[in-house]
Amino acid sequence: MQARHKSMKAFGENLAIANEQLKVINNGNSLPRFDEKFELVGEGRLKAAEIEIFQINLGKMCNQVCKHCHVDAGPDRKEIMKKETMQDCLDILNTNDIPTVDLTGGAPEMNPNFKWFVDEVKKLDLHIIVRSNLTILETNGFEDYAEFMANHKVEIVSSLPYYKKSFTDKQRGDGVFDKSIAAMKKLNALGYGKEDPELKFHLVYNPVGAYLPPSQLELEQDYKRELKNNFDIDFNNLYTITNMPISRFLDYLIQSGNYDSYMQKLVDSFNPVAASNVMCRFTISVGWDGQLYDCDFNQMLELNMDHGAPNHIKNFNLNSIRNRRIVTGQHCYGCTAGAGSSCGGATA
Amino acid sequence: MDTYYNPKDLGKFSEMGEGAPELWKKFNEWYGAVFQAGALSEREKALIALAVSHAVQCPYCIDAFTEASLEKGADLEQMTEAVHVASAIRGGASLVHGVQMKNINEKLTM
Repeated sequence: MQARHKSMKAFGENLAIANEQLKVINNGNSLPRFDEKFELVGEGRLKAAEIEIFQINLGKMCNQVCKHCHVDAGPDRKEIMKKETMQDCLDILNTNDIPTVDLTGGAPEMNPNFKWFVDEVKKLDLHIIVRSNLTILETNGFEDYAEFMANHKVEIVSSLPYYKKSFTDKQRGDGVFDKSIAAMKKLNALGYGKEDPELKFHLVYNPVGAYLPPSQLELEQDYKRELKNNFDIDFNNLYTITNMPISRFLDYLIQSGNYDSYMQKLVDSFNPVAASNVMCRFTISVGWDGQLYDCDFNQMLELNMDHGAPNHIKNFNLNSIRNRRIVTGQHCYGCTAGAGSSCGGATA
Repeated sequence: MDTYYNPKDLGKFSEMGEGAPELWKKFNEWYGAVFQAGALSEREKALIALAVSHAVQCPYCIDAFTEASLEKGADLEQMTEAVHVASAIRGGASLVHGVQMKNINEKLTM
């Protein structure tokens, strides 16, 4: 598969449209519907619990164009959260008891108001997670962002699909591994990924193809050993994440002839324990334009919160968000397969 | 049937239980236990299985254990080395029989 330099949207590709993706995903009549399968958990339909994480997509612009990206992010994407929407988020965070703010993108650092926003969230004494792609920290104009995040005690979570160059560059683009190593060394020099409990730095593994992740615990040991021995790099935890059959990864599955077998594998690997711990029960996802979703994947499929919950931050009401019924589809099998998958790694 | 080997047949492996369910059950229990982590990790066992799959030239096994090796965290470099181990043993096994050839040659010739 050729490297990408622009998003699918830039090329006007059919699968850049959320509804076209849904047509593919929900067309597998031979597979059991996710809602029916979830009933094996013994809790009826999937419902949210207490909200612990307020995840905000600050925009779809990114300096990378990864082959598996579920956001279809890239340098050409113009969807960026405006300052007034960020202020609306701050107002919600100021008046509701949600302890953690999780910033994602694209590259969240590319939002021009990123530093202002982090500053304001920190004033509310909330925990902040930034999903940084690492290479942005080594990009012109962003060289001081690592230090800024260290000063604000931001927890950093970064993708590194393998501890070797070959797999990493294959998925994320030529030169990404070397640049990521440089960024990790910079983070370590600031104290990230070592003993300081306020400077947590985690890595994320996701398969470079149509297969499920390995054991999180065993792979973490491999990553720690290899990154330490070869590059003298430390980090705190490794999170293993399953690739979701949406956007660019869906395109890859279809182009490579792996779509049917991958979906079958996800369904066959349904794990009720993982299903009972899915992240959408504890997280809400805010789009760049303030729309509300049950998770970042539903956001990319434009499946807003429903079943009585608000669909935009202008109508935010935590009481109707707690215990809401979650909007599901066949893509949800991606979070319930094997050891499970979430923004915090395995769930079972 | 176009070929003797059909990739979809791998999914029918469990149908082998139809003729002898008790034996199939025993095979499954044993097979499952073999591949659990023990003195060797699951990844090491998957890579051994991948190498053996090449040695016995079983396309179903190569399909299954390439995927299993990836899912246990191996990469192409490790899998290729495993295949080279199998190939070296197969090649070496032929070559070491050359000693027999030499023994017989010595016996039969002046």
